[in-house]
This record gives sequence, C-alpha cells and structure tokens, in this order.
Amino acid sequence: MADLSTEFLGIRSPNPFWLASAPPTDKEYNVRRAFEAGWGGVVWKTLGQDPAIVNVNGPRYGVVYGADRRVLGMNNIELITDRPLHVNLREIKVVKRDYPDRAMIVSLMVPCEEQAWAEILPLVEETGADGIELNFGCPHGMSERGMGSAVGQVPEYIEMVSRWCKQHTRMPVIVKLTPNITDIRHPARAAKAGGADAVSLINTVTSITSVDLDAMSPEPMIDGKGTHGGYCGPAVKPIALNMVAQIARDPETHGMPISGIGGVTTWRDAAEFLALGAGTVQVCTAAMTYGFKVIEEMTEGLSLWMDEKGYGSVAEVVGRAVPNVTDWQYLNLNYVTKARIDQEACIKCGRCFAACEDTSHQAISMSADRVFEVIDAECVACNLCVNVCPVENCITMEELAEGAVDTRTGAPVSSTHADWTTHPNNPAAVKAAE
Amino acid sequence: MPNTPQTPGIVNARLPESLLDRNFADIHGPFATHEALVAADRCYFCHDAPCVSACPTEIDIPLFIRQIQNGQPAAAARTIFDQNILGGMCARVCPTDILCEGACVREMAEGKPVEIGRLQRFATDAMMQADHPYSRAPGTGCHVAVVGAGPAGLACAHRLAMHGHRVTLLDAREKPGGLNEYGIAAYKTPDGFAQAEIDWLLQIGGIEVKTGMRLGRELSLAELREDHDAVFLAIGLTGVNALRSEGEERDNVHDAVDFIADLRQAPTKRTIPVGRNVVVIGGGMTAVDAAVQAKLLGAETVTLVYRRGRERMSASGHEQLHAASKGVRIVTGAIPLRILGQNRVEEVEFAYAVEEGGNLHAGDETFCLRADQVFKAIGQRLDDAPGGLALDDGKIAVTGPGRTSIDGVWSGGDCASGGEDLTVTAVAEGRDAAEDIHTELTGRSAIAAE
Repeated sequence: MADLSTEFLGIRSPNPFWLASAPPTDKEYNVRRAFEAGWGGVVWKTLGQDPAIVNVNGPRYGVVYGADRRVLGMNNIELITDRPLHVNLREIKVVKRDYPDRAMIVSLMVPCEEQAWAEILPLVEETGADGIELNFGCPHGMSERGMGSAVGQVPEYIEMVSRWCKQHTRMPVIVKLTPNITDIRHPARAAKAGGADAVSLINTVTSITSVDLDAMSPEPMIDGKGTHGGYCGPAVKPIALNMVAQIARDPETHGMPISGIGGVTTWRDAAEFLALGAGTVQVCTAAMTYGFKVIEEMTEGLSLWMDEKGYGSVAEVVGRAVPNVTDWQYLNLNYVTKARIDQEACIKCGRCFAACEDTSHQAISMSADRVFEVIDAECVACNLCVNVCPVENCITMEELAEGAVDTRTGAPVSSTHADWTTHPNNPAAVKAAE
Repeated sequence: MPNTPQTPGIVNARLPESLLDRNFADIHGPFATHEALVAADRCYFCHDAPCVSACPTEIDIPLFIRQIQNGQPAAAARTIFDQNILGGMCARVCPTDILCEGACVREMAEGKPVEIGRLQRFATDAMMQADHPYSRAPGTGCHVAVVGAGPAGLACAHRLAMHGHRVTLLDAREKPGGLNEYGIAAYKTPDGFAQAEIDWLLQIGGIEVKTGMRLGRELSLAELREDHDAVFLAIGLTGVNALRSEGEERDNVHDAVDFIADLRQAPTKRTIPVGRNVVVIGGGMTAVDAAVQAKLLGAETVTLVYRRGRERMSASGHEQLHAASKGVRIVTGAIPLRILGQNRVEEVEFAYAVEEGGNLHAGDETFCLRADQVFKAIGQRLDDAPGGLALDDGKIAVTGPGRTSIDGVWSGGDCASGGEDLTVTAVAEGRDAAEDIHTELTGRSAIAAE
C-alpha cells in the first residue's frame, strides 16, 4: 500500500484529502463524522466577527445536472458561518484535541483592517488549530461588504492582509484564491510577497446556474429574485487545474505549496491536481452530493494507482506533470497525427461524420452501408471525432512516423522539433543563425 | 370448488380474478418522467440514424427523443404524429426488436438498444390527453370512401381529412379499429386504448364513421366509386387458412383470431373459457398472442407448434422469449397430421418435418400432444376481394403508393400486396395512399378549374 500520509506546511494528515471550508465543516458534529469516515483534514467553515452573519431562509443551492440528475456543477449563495464565534472556537478545540493526527485548518474572513485580524488570530491559535486559510474568494454577499473575493481581486490587499496575519500569528497561513480574476498568477504572487506560506484554489466561480422561465428569475430563487452565487463541482475542475498549473510553473511562485480545490470527485481528480503541483486537495461538492463515505474510494483509489505506478508517497506525485505544461508557442508543429477508426469497434452511429462534415474539415467519408473512414488528405487531427465518438478507443490519433508523408500537406514528417517560435509565418520568429 | 389450471376440459376462471387482472394488465407500463429522461439520455443522436430507416413510417426518432430530453414531450409527440398518426398504438404493438430498436446502434454496441418504443409511448401518451394537434385544411369538396377502419384506413382517413377532404370511413365490424381493436393481445393495449386513440384521431373532423358495413354485403365497389371521388380499400385479411389436417372439424378446434378478439372484447377475462391443455399451431404473432393469453388465462399446458425452424417464425425473437417466459412451450419442425378424439379434440398427432429440396413434408417420426383446445394460427387470407381488381399472390395488387388496377381505387394494409403485415406498415401505406389521393384529387380539380 502506498503511503498517503501528507505533510503540508509541516501540517501532517493521514491522506491528502481535506474537506474544504464549506457547510460540511461548519460544526463539530459534521467534522467528527468526517474524521471517523477517514478524511485527512478539514478547513473549518469560515469564521467571522460577531455578531454572526445571517443566511437567507430560502434555497441556498442550485445545480446543473448531467444525465440521470448527476450533479455536474453546484452553485451556492450561502455565506460564512452563521454561528457565534465562541461556539465555533470551542468546537474546533475539542475536535482537534480528539483527532490530533488530522489537519485542522481554520478559514477566516474579517474586515480589511489590521485590528480585526489581530483580534481574531490569537483566539484561533488558542484552539490548537494547525493553520489558517484566508477566505479571499467568496464571490457573493461578503464581497459586497468588502471581504471575500473583493479582497482576492486586489493583489495589494492580499499582500497586506497576508503580512498582517504573518505578523500576528505563528500558524501557517494559506491564502485561498478566487478564480474570478483575469490572471491567477498575480494574487498568488501577492500572497507570496506578503509572506503567506501557501495558496489554495480555486474558490467558487461567480455564476447563475439557471433561469426559472416561468418566474423569469435566476435560480436559486428567493421570493421571486435571485443573485449570483459561487459555482463549484466537477464542472469547474478544468478551470481549477489550469490555475493550479499556472501558479505551479510561474517562476515567481514555483515551489510555493498549493492546496488544490475544484471539482475533486474521485481519486483520479485528486491525482491530477497532485500532478499539477497541489500538495493536498480539498473536497466539498462530492461530499455534499454523496456524503462523507466517498473518501473511501478516493483514498483506496489513489493508493492503488500509486502502487500500480510505483509511487511510494504522495510527495513523489506532486508536481510531476508541471514540466509538461507549456505555452502554445512551444508545441511541436512537426508532431503529425491522423485519426484512425477501428472498424471492429465502430457501432456506426455517424457522430464522427456529422461533427467532421458539418463543423470541421470534411475528413471522414460515409458509405451507403455506414462505413466511416478517415480521409488523411483532409484530416488536421483536431480530435473532435475522438471526442464525440461514444465508444472509447474506437477512434484514436495515430502519430505518423518520421519520413511518412502527410497527404494533407504533402510534406514528409520530420523528427526534429519545430514550433511557432521558429515558424516562417511568425513575424517574430527566431531566425536560425546564418 | 373454484376452477384451477388442472380442471379438466374447457372452463373459465381457472385463476383468481386478482391474478387474471395482473396477467392482463399493461405489459410494459408507461415510463415515469424521470425514467423517460434517463432512457432518452441514452440516445446518441446518430447521423442519418439507422432507427429512422428501420421504421416503416420513418419517424424522426433522434429528434423526438431529444425533445423528450429537453422537457417537451408534446413536441416529441408532434414529431411522431406528423409521420404516424397511430404512433400511440405503434408504441405498444410494434415489434421494435426487429424494427427501430433492432437497428439502434446501442443494440450493436451493447445489446441494449435505446427503448424507443417506450419513449414513443411516453411522448404520445402526453398528447393523447391534450387537444388534437392537427386542424383541417379548407374543404376541397372532394369525398373519399375509406373501407376498413383498421390502422391503414384510420391513417388514410386522418391524412385525407387533414388535407380538407370529406371522408366516410366504413367498417364491417361493430367497432372501428380493425386489428387494433380485435386483433392484438389484450395486455399490449389495455384500458380501451384502441377506441380512445380513434376518438382522439377523429377530433380532426370531417370523418364520418359507419360501422356494420361490409364490402360485398352492404357495400359494393361499383357504388362506392360512383358516389365518391376516390376509394381506399383497407379491408384486411378476414379469411383464416385451414390446417388441412384430418379431424380439423372436431369440436374445440378454433381460429386463434376469434379467441384473441373475444379476449379483447371481454371486459373481464374470467368469462373467457380456456382448455387445460392447449395446442396452438402456427409461428406468427397471432400464434404467440393466442398461446401466451391461453397461458395467462390459466391453461395448465400450452404448446405452440410450428412446422419450420425457430428462425423462420414470423413472431420476433422478443415475442418468442416472452412466450417462453410465460410458460409456453415452443415446438418447432413439426407438422400436424391428425386431430384425434371422439367428438371433440383430445389429442393432436404431429410428425417431425423433413426438408427436401426446400420442400417440407411430414417424416416418419410422430408424436401426440394432449389437447382440450386447439387454436389454428397459420395465417390469414384475403376473402371476397371485389371483382375486377387485379390480385398478386392472393392480395390486391398495388403499385407505388397503393394504386390498384382500377383507376380511382387505392388499397393498403394487410389486404394489399407487398410490405410486412404490421400495424406500422399499414399506417405508412394508408398515409402514403392518402397523399397520393390528395395529389390526384387536387391535381384533377386544378385542371378542371382551368
């Protein structure tokens, strides 16, 4: 069995799966059950100043469904904890006391004033919690009051608050980033500049899940009106993976610990976040959809995969794919592939044909008896046929060997790397020394 | 003492009423909305979809399934009815395993096709509750006689009415519907669906239904032609083929079609008598419907005997499996020789068939099956075709969209040559003949106007 134990900023947890700051971590009862189920750690739902905030009394969530009401994306308009500060602090303390081997991170959100942070940090430290996470990501409600993503969208504020926190506590500081920003590298750099120990991302994406076409109101609807919420779940994973990778490979933040968040639903999702540089992952929507028991599949799956691949520890996986994340301009233009259709596996649905004929390059032929074949001379290897084919591995992309002629261009395939930086059509191409 | 499956002879109520009710309830209940959405989601929306080509009425199946997926079953129903106004009945009775679902790419991929039939029922049921979706074009002044109110006649009448023609729909029996009303296993279309569908269909208006009117009795083709601008013959196959076996005249040897019709017309199945040991002779849908229903009524043994191999049975594989699952024993490759007994049947003697040069004849090896009741289901034939009509292999010869040898007379459905004898084929033929009649009549009036 591969060792899943994780050390992140010196905080140990038996596995890299933490529950993200959210409703599942709002109180002692839930967190105890989560730890009993096997979760490696939690980020306690965001604490704020008293008096506690209030939540709406109508629906807080809206979802986007896939087939069979599978939850693909979830949106929420819930705010930070609505329980008194002392209650949360008391519960954090007893839970940490009873589960010393689990990571206990406390999420915080107080106004952008040094005094506010200076007051709350000692209270949190007193609970014995392992670290804090600064909630600079919440895109609704709190942001209108100058907190949450209102801070996370201004790198200078991130840097300033990070600095205050480092000054007023000895606990490790994680900054949770909002994706509702143009370039994620800037807030990450700001967190680092402020002395933060790590970043976690992504927080939720500003969203309206759907519109009630009878009431003409966004969902979730509160008394005939709706507001934007924060979107999470499997649908946001691609956005999160990219942002994690951006930070992991940015020379200014490279090596800064990252806790990956965004649609982690299975062990595979977690492995992908780890490979792109995350040291732990945080989960919320999967637990909210299926309950705490999903942790079993996640830990066992990750462990099994690591065994199969010969990875002895989580640390060996972290960042392994980062060197292969590059910019478009460096992609090899001499890598030539063609779609290949396995006629044995083909079920003759014709989706590849429709997609290619109507929307791509007219590179698939269809015979009267529904045999679909690739026309190499037209195929640009866009992959759309592979993507829309309902049969896995029926259509694949085959690399043309060196010397083979690409019938589309008439040129033989070269084994040397050539990319946009040297391409003759690029006005800024780097000319080979003459 | 109540009757049981073991009660000798032919008696009714072999099973308690509650069990009979269950046996004759809707075989495939309707989809609940969520079930329909899950089933619809399996459709791949194939390009030039094979299911459409496999449907005799060429319903745009991927489109209607997508309309279900997106929460508009009424729009889905409209897609279906545009091509097949009896889409509700077809959803229930089509042998989908050899038509749309047999062609579904998921059948090829995983042996589990999209449940097109049940989805079609989901869509059409939704609209059967609503107002009739079609309205008539302005009256053309033309008057068409449609003889036979089965699937072909109904489809033809509706399409003609839609085009603004006046239609008189004539049928020999007490109720319209033809085989939809008299000829399909009760559990496929319970709760008076056939009549409800006809009532809904007739909401188009412009169709006058007259029952108890039989061609060759109350009606003659010559008079019909005289009084109407066009005639569509969809009179079905009312003659039943004889076994030509010794002893066929003995008591309790019946035509399966009569048994099936009696079952359909009986409000409660406990009034229908059935033998303890039943033998059904034939290999088509009629044979299977009779055999299964005999078993469902409580017959102790039901044996379906077909002269050729299983693969030659016209009942689909799905139907054969269904029969077997209900406890019908299927014996193939056996030819009935003699029906034995005193006055009434007691046994049927069969010989195993031997095939020589494509011809089948009785071999030397024989066996007997005990039988209190025998149902003959070896096919129907056209009886009393009106004189003057050219025939083709015993049916009314037609070319193109149902044109007969007589000008102004069209024909479709089982009585017409060509096509499988299926409800859905009959609908297609009725619809296409109506379009041809419409073209002909409007063309004629256009010429007259010039």
